[in-house]
Amino acid sequence: MATQSITLKINGESRTAEVEDRLLLVHLIRDNCALTGTHIGCDTTHCGACTVLLDGTAVKSCTVFAVQANGREVTTIEGMEGETLHPLQEGFMEEHGLQCGFCTPGMIMSSKHLLDHNPNPTEDEIRWGISGNLCRCTGYQNIVKAVQYASNKLQETTEEGGE
Amino acid sequence: MIPGSFNYHAPSSLDEAIKLLEDLGEDAKILAGGHSLIPMMKLRLAEPDHLVDINGLSDLDYIREEVGVLCIGAMARESALEKSELIAEKYPILKDTSEVIADPLVRNLATVGGNIAHGDPANDHPATMVALDAEVVVRGPGGLLDSGGRTIAIDDFFRGPLMTALAENEILTEIRVPCPNGKSGAAYKKLERKVGDYAIAGAAAVLNFDGDSCSKAGIALTNVGPTPVRASEAQDALVGTAVSQDDADKAGELAAAASQPVGDHRGSEEYKRAVVKVLTSRAIMKAKERAAGGN
Repeated sequence: MATQSITLKINGESRTAEVEDRLLLVHLIRDNCALTGTHIGCDTTHCGACTVLLDGTAVKSCTVFAVQANGREVTTIEGMEGETLHPLQEGFMEEHGLQCGFCTPGMIMSSKHLLDHNPNPTEDEIRWGISGNLCRCTGYQNIVKAVQYASNKLQETTEEGGE
Repeated sequence: MIPGSFNYHAPSSLDEAIKLLEDLGEDAKILAGGHSLIPMMKLRLAEPDHLVDINGLSDLDYIREEVGVLCIGAMARESALEKSELIAEKYPILKDTSEVIADPLVRNLATVGGNIAHGDPANDHPATMVALDAEVVVRGPGGLLDSGGRTIAIDDFFRGPLMTALAENEILTEIRVPCPNGKSGAAYKKLERKVGDYAIAGAAAVLNFDGDSCSKAGIALTNVGPTPVRASEAQDALVGTAVSQDDADKAGELAAAASQPVGDHRGSEEYKRAVVKVLTSRAIMKAKERAAGGN
């Protein structure tokens, strides 16, 4: 059984683990690190429930090996909350952007990537940005509103910050 | 789903990667974006003993123009192609192609090189690259040049489903696309059931004009044969015409005749031929519009 020692940062915290080469990143996050906010949905690279940020880029963690994250930074849904909820988390609450909530962590991580690159997306751009994430409950309408809520709030905060 | 056991290697140079391939032989596979390979490994359709991860070879991550040619490095991600201003301005057919591959999350890791090296006729770049008369640069331990490099014309690259001209110890390092020359335009059209699915069919069209008359045409099709299909008769039929709607429709019929679709859950053979006809015609008209300065 081939194993490697890897060191990576998850939500700012440095972690070292002895992992099997074939271990998937999502299993490292959920099983080794007990960060179960990242969900496994389809396990076939379709649904996006397992989306995390790898060095700031949204990826499906069921389709990346843990060894590939060696020396890199991973952000999961648990890393979104600071002293208060992140505006995206708040947006999903305020706009009822979830029903069962299974897709929500992935939706939020994809939306984070989107807003980091495009702070003021159009509705079409939001729908495009989350097109790799499947939701079987909401019909997406309120998810789009939640992202718009976060986009507005983040821009207000930036303006107040005088940047 | 857990992939079979394998040994992971992360070379820090191309030479090291090639040496690994040479030493490990047919039991090794290259890991680039991994978004075809890892799903296949999870389904145990692929069970390599060794993975050679080339994600660390950042010198292969580039999109740049040299004299007369666009060079796309093996590690250029689909998302980079999608966002590149150079691509949007001068090679919109590549943007057309990248932005319909899988979904945005997949494209953040998936590479153009992998899309081609995988040899899947359902992938989108192969047909586009055939229509563009691209070349594939590969490196191996031996070969024609001192550095072990050789260039393969795109028409010689695809040999069958998941089969290419790449030897086991060779790595695709670059794709070379001729720069648009004179009045020309190109477009890719794909029909998919939903975001993330493979094409029911796709059509790429590249047109060159001498005045109002078509001087050269490249037409190629996605997912309607064991390899990307070059529709030679459709190409020939366009040359010398002004590419009217009728000319495009006629080329679409010839492309449909050249396609070799197999009926499956994406549609019957007859339906897919009808789709090829329509998409080819639309790609041709879009290419013409772009040649006239449209976008």
